[in-house]
Amino acid sequence: MLEIRNLHARIADEGTEIIRGLNLTVKAGEVAAIMGPNGSGKSTLSYILAGREDYEVTEGDILFNGESILEMDPAERAASGIFLAFQYPMEIPGVATMEFLKVAMNAQRKARGEEPLKIPDLLKRVKEASGKLNIDMAMLKRPLNVGFSGGEKKRAEILQMQLLEPKLCVLDETDSGLDIDALKIVSDGVNALRSPDRAVVVITHYQRLLEHIVPDSVHVLYKGRIIKSGDKSLAMNLEENGYAGVIGEAA
Amino acid sequence: MNMHVNLQHTPAERALLEAFDARIGNLPGDGLIAAKRREGIEVVKAGLPTRHVEAWHYTDLRRLLSAVPAEHGSGAQPLAPLLSGSNVLTVENGEAAGSTDIPHVAVSRLSAKLDEGQGYEQITQADAADVIGALNTAFASDGFVIAVADGAQLAAPVELQNIHGGGQVHARFAVSVGAGSRAQFIERQAGNSKALSSSLSTLHVGDDSEVMWLIVQEQTADSTHLAQFRAKLGRNAKLTLFVMNAGGKLVRQEVRVDAAGSGSDFQLRGVNLLAGDNHTDVTMVLDHSAPNTGSREVIRNVVTDRAHGVFQGRINVHQIAQKTDAKMACNTLLLSDDADFSAKPELEIFADDVACGHGATVTDINQQHLFYLMARGIDEKTARGLLVKAFLAEVIEELEDEAVIEALEAKLDAWFVQHG
Repeated sequence: MLEIRNLHARIADEGTEIIRGLNLTVKAGEVAAIMGPNGSGKSTLSYILAGREDYEVTEGDILFNGESILEMDPAERAASGIFLAFQYPMEIPGVATMEFLKVAMNAQRKARGEEPLKIPDLLKRVKEASGKLNIDMAMLKRPLNVGFSGGEKKRAEILQMQLLEPKLCVLDETDSGLDIDALKIVSDGVNALRSPDRAVVVITHYQRLLEHIVPDSVHVLYKGRIIKSGDKSLAMNLEENGYAGVIGEAA
Repeated sequence: MNMHVNLQHTPAERALLEAFDARIGNLPGDGLIAAKRREGIEVVKAGLPTRHVEAWHYTDLRRLLSAVPAEHGSGAQPLAPLLSGSNVLTVENGEAAGSTDIPHVAVSRLSAKLDEGQGYEQITQADAADVIGALNTAFASDGFVIAVADGAQLAAPVELQNIHGGGQVHARFAVSVGAGSRAQFIERQAGNSKALSSSLSTLHVGDDSEVMWLIVQEQTADSTHLAQFRAKLGRNAKLTLFVMNAGGKLVRQEVRVDAAGSGSDFQLRGVNLLAGDNHTDVTMVLDHSAPNTGSREVIRNVVTDRAHGVFQGRINVHQIAQKTDAKMACNTLLLSDDADFSAKPELEIFADDVACGHGATVTDINQQHLFYLMARGIDEKTARGLLVKAFLAEVIEELEDEAVIEALEAKLDAWFVQHG
């Protein structure tokens, strides 16, 4: 489903190379975890997948269902089924959360040639998904993410993901800033989306999240490259021994 | 005022002087009013203000006022009221028309008052430098004199429509709200053809009264609109003024408010939607002339194409006005390289125990916000529209009146459909 081939990317403004020859394949139905120390390029990778213009791909390619996405803008990527759950969701004053959900859902439906959702149908879907994530409907009347707590923001991200039903979910440090109860709710939300025709990429610093969202594969990202891949035991090994050993091996 | 000897009048000034000579015989009022009108037209004889006059620095009226239609307008289209259930008073092509029957409100036609030798005090200019007041004094043909009774709680808004089918129209609305009353006024300024329109509204808010006044300006893209809103607040009176400019080619809306009663409060919210070759200037002079008065002004501007916007906000805190709490902000989104906006906030403070502040920002759309919305599948154009609307909706939503918010946001949507 996702195939990253020898990807090189740098910060568009100043040219610092962050991703240096990254290869990664994630199959449909697979949950892949990407772990790595701070500064290894984890968040950058998530932004590049989503199409943020601050980064420039200089070499390699990203294939989604066999087609390059490099020429697509963020909206086209999202409409094609790629979803990024942000580490730091943006606060957008003046845009009511509910209105935003409606516009986003209908934009994607339009891109797929489907009719816009009728209001009662939309409300029903939002209500159902919100209930499971313990999101109060009153929260959805507030401007998008404005004044939301860290946990509320992360739950709102998962709500969007459930409503938009992407094919590829990229979770960027979704566990950061969550207490154990919120972590459970968020993980359940992600697990509910696991399906044979959907892939999930979980980017995280700690193994903690992976106890709740159990990965099929684990990849260690360091200095912009995947230096080791394995199954979930690799994550546990990292938890016990830290990154130093793996980094030493690769050097 | 300096007399300019051998001044070469511009075509617009000549047209105004000719129109005055043609109209003065037919304008309502006795000899005293006629004398005031002749005094008013002196501002044109002396030459309209240029950018060398400080108050007109960003709006060089003499240069910008290029042509003046001489004829009276005809064929105005009545507007559906902004809020359903409103009592509508209409000035059509400079002539007051329709029913004046509103519970708890005394309404008279200005022309009738003037012809009866009354309403002398309604026809004034604020001071010698008041160009719009002088011009309107010279030409005002009609309007309404409105008095809201003491203790009246008006259930329905009063909508004042100043509408025209082009040409030259000059209207005046004089409103007084008694003590302990509550009222909502909506001022509509619109036409369906090229015009020079001047409109002047005066408002007195009685002690312990609360008034919300909305101005919605939607002149055609080739029209000139010169307007002034003047208000004086009584003790513990509260006035919320909202101004939306969404039309015209050359627009100046002046706001002159005197928080004259102790404990009075003035709130100004403004939204300027500027596109095409529009030039819109909102100029406010606010006096805090009594103790314990408060004010907050928030102006939001969206400027695109080749449009120019101006906000001048001056707050004078008088020596007696201790404990004044005044804050002013002007935020602008510039959406094109050829658009511009000038903001000039001024504070003049003579009291020592006050909290006053002002700020002005000019920005482009926040790229991170845009990325976030697009990352949810919202195409760039829609996402930009959403963010621009959000920037303005924030101010509208502060009005805290659902019906008003809905009606004004519908106006925003209509503007975006036309200019997005």
